[in-house]
Amino acid sequence: MSVSASIGYFLPELILAGAAIAVLIAGLFIRNKAVLGALCLAAIILSICNMPHSFQATGPLFSNMLINDSFSEFFKEITLLVMGLVILISIGYKPLDDESAGEYYFLLMSAAVAMMLAAASDNLIMIYISLEAISLISYILTAFLKHNRSSSEAALKYFLFGTLSTGVMLYGISFIYGLFGTTDLSAISSALLSSGVNGLAASVSLILIFAGLSFKCALIPFHMWVPDTYQGAPTPITAFLSAGPKAIGFAILIRIFLKNFFPMFPDWVDIVQAVSIITMTAGNILAINQEDIKRMLGYSSIAQAGYILIGFVVGTSLGIQAVMYYIIAYVLMNIGAFGCVILVFNSIKSDCIEEYSGLSRREPALAFCLTVFLLSLAGIPPLAGFFGKFMVFAAAIQSKYYMLAIAGVINSVLAVFYYVKVIKFMYLNDPRTSVKEPKPFPAKLAIIIALIGILVIGLFPVPFINWIGNSLL
Amino acid sequence: MPFPLLTAITFMPLLAGIIILLVPKNRTGLIKGIATAATGIVLVLSILMLTGFDYNSSAMQFSENLSWIPQVNINYHLGVDGISIGLIFLTALLGFLACVGSYGIKERQKEYYFLYLLLNTGMLGTFLALDLFLFYVFWEVVLVPMYFLIGIWGGPRKEYAAIKFFIYTLAGSVFMLLSILALYFASQPHTFNMLELASGNCGVFAKGFQIIVFAGFYLGFAIKVPVFPFHTWLPDAHVEAPTPISVLLAGVLLKMGGYGFFRISYPILKDAAIYFALPFAILGLINIVYGAFVAMAQTDFKKMVAYSSVSHMGFVMLGLASMTITGFNGALLQMFNHGIITGGLFLLVGVLYDRAHTRDIDKFGGLGAKMPVYAGVLTVFTLASLGLPGLSGFVSEFMSLMGGFISFRLITAISVLGIVITAGYFLYMIQRVLLGPLNNAWTGISDINKRELFTLVPLMAVVIAIGVYPLMILNYQSAAIAKLIQDIGGLLL
Repeated sequence: MSVSASIGYFLPELILAGAAIAVLIAGLFIRNKAVLGALCLAAIILSICNMPHSFQATGPLFSNMLINDSFSEFFKEITLLVMGLVILISIGYKPLDDESAGEYYFLLMSAAVAMMLAAASDNLIMIYISLEAISLISYILTAFLKHNRSSSEAALKYFLFGTLSTGVMLYGISFIYGLFGTTDLSAISSALLSSGVNGLAASVSLILIFAGLSFKCALIPFHMWVPDTYQGAPTPITAFLSAGPKAIGFAILIRIFLKNFFPMFPDWVDIVQAVSIITMTAGNILAINQEDIKRMLGYSSIAQAGYILIGFVVGTSLGIQAVMYYIIAYVLMNIGAFGCVILVFNSIKSDCIEEYSGLSRREPALAFCLTVFLLSLAGIPPLAGFFGKFMVFAAAIQSKYYMLAIAGVINSVLAVFYYVKVIKFMYLNDPRTSVKEPKPFPAKLAIIIALIGILVIGLFPVPFINWIGNSLL
Repeated sequence: MPFPLLTAITFMPLLAGIIILLVPKNRTGLIKGIATAATGIVLVLSILMLTGFDYNSSAMQFSENLSWIPQVNINYHLGVDGISIGLIFLTALLGFLACVGSYGIKERQKEYYFLYLLLNTGMLGTFLALDLFLFYVFWEVVLVPMYFLIGIWGGPRKEYAAIKFFIYTLAGSVFMLLSILALYFASQPHTFNMLELASGNCGVFAKGFQIIVFAGFYLGFAIKVPVFPFHTWLPDAHVEAPTPISVLLAGVLLKMGGYGFFRISYPILKDAAIYFALPFAILGLINIVYGAFVAMAQTDFKKMVAYSSVSHMGFVMLGLASMTITGFNGALLQMFNHGIITGGLFLLVGVLYDRAHTRDIDKFGGLGAKMPVYAGVLTVFTLASLGLPGLSGFVSEFMSLMGGFISFRLITAISVLGIVITAGYFLYMIQRVLLGPLNNAWTGISDINKRELFTLVPLMAVVIAIGVYPLMILNYQSAAIAKLIQDIGGLLL
């Protein structure tokens, strides 16, 4: 489709880009993070309203650089959900001052545009560029608390690992270009089907690309940045990093590996299966002894990525649906949990799990919400996290990946140790302080949305499964 | 559409729990009132269910079946038959009495009653669900409130006991989840409906497949029962849990495992059930004899009752292993009787602990003179538990053993020893607690009060009634049991 015809399908991204610039300029005059945040939220809602709602693929945009299909639209909507929640909890995050709020939102909105582009890219170079854009913005956001040493350290670690892995990915893409003479994914697919390819070279390049994406999804062994970055980054950014780029990473994995390179499925599936088992097991084991809740949630998010990867390894329609369902659930429960962490931090100035002692007595509603999020992450029915796991395991059993299913359930038991540890401190131990801070409304709103979300999609998943079913590739 | 009786039974406690969340936490009288009323209504509804139940029919009654998640063929499917009806009544009765028994809890009452009611919904739902997915959801819903109830209101080692209970049961149930999924994908058309899977309309499963799936379910159920060697969570959880929660733990939660064998493992996986009959009998024997010996060694009153549960649940395993109508009837009745008797015993331990603040059997003595009513009630329950003819425990143990004798003579013969040992430790306990010279520390101890008596008298009435006229409950279950044995191909004896 030509550029002018494509614009019509590109409105959501344009609205966000416009809002990003507007908020940057407005930030010079309005030094108030709540007002600027509301502006961003308005743009996000406007953007959702302008989604093309193409439940069937309507074809390529911008000379085959982007594709407009329902699969990318699903992930664009997830992106906007993540962004909306992150902005809400950012408004309630105390260490973020009003002075720099304009820049902060500008970066977040730009990241949203980059993520939406990444979800819709149909060309390896386009994927690379948009991923690099997400990464660069994430580095800055991680370091956003300029006077906080651990924030800067977190960003540096993130940056070093990030450049390495994107370099590896670019190297893989160069192999693909050498093999096919193009970076256009549709063209590669048809070439792969019609004429075949040197299997070894293609496998090597796929593994390199997988490595690059593993960094985004925080899969082992590309997870080393996670604990320090999650701990050091401003908490809303930690929530963002744990949800947004990860969801996009999975979207791209599915697009490249299960759509375009599906004929080579047997060549890479064993490696990815091993990565999945190692990721969830190591993530869970490392999480058990953490004392900082952000670090613990960091390791937990590694383990969660391992479960999501099960659906990807299986690769069937049910597997992909499981991945997509799990991602909705994961986004809600993870951002919800980080939202609670922010509110606790506002009053006790600590992220130490032991400081959560007696939270149920001090702040019963907040403790209840965090408990629900943690139980959902642990996969206790009837919450959304359970149904996500259920679908992932169902996909594995259906396709006879028994090892994966067994590893998955053993890990769900292992994970209970550290999720319940937090609950234990909140409910079983006595409070140490009686400090009570007023809770900002936007952050409360984000937590309530997430809470209702995981209850509704856990108890009544029917419309969500339909939505996902209509959004498959 | 008829009145959804089973939905009302299941969700009445949850509804009341949500109402309690809206009540200010200092209105404790109101909170107790709501909880008592809700569990009372459940009891009344379950009696309505008993009266409306046609016990000549082995089919599901009061069924409700609504589509829940049609994409994967999951239904909201409830129903009651002869196998579940007794356990539902048991749950409703103990749920109500333990709620009255909870009045002694003085701390964080709002949270307590909310969790207590949530637990009730989970237990009732587990016995009523006929869809494997729904069953699993209710099964897991039980875990969370139980964790809090032990962890917050428990004894000195409550944190350890609570997490141990949580991890053990979850570890078992996740394998059950895999078995549920395996059944779903093996059936044609794919279904989670227990009745369809058992009827053979969805294809017959190969024996090797059945054995693996059976093993998955077994882990889930055996940990709950608990079958040796998975029983180690039970004494910890029982000793630390507050009295009313011990009552539900022993009275109802253990039955969830046994019920799972009756409802899922045996009817759906018939070949595997026959294949595993001998191991079941041996495990039953170990439970009976080993549990009894360990109970004998206890000085903690509550721990002794806890291990006696392990021993008594062995009769359920033995009855199941026998594959006979008598054995099955005995096993099912044993679950009901054990719930009533052990529930009563835990209440009695609680009565003593509330006054003496110790459970060490050796520290008591001569209480029979100071607490005559208590002594009388304790004696009745103890005699029922050790299987005195004329009381309910005797009937079900006798039937289990009789069924077992048809299939496994030697194992049953050794199992009978368990009854002797049980008589030994219970009578020895009576001797040390009620008889002998009065320990001077307890001169000021008061007898059982009216509220405590109120929670015990109904249980005592059931114990005596079933002991004298067991048909009044056997009538409910015999048609369903006969059909089950016929379907499995067991012995019609």
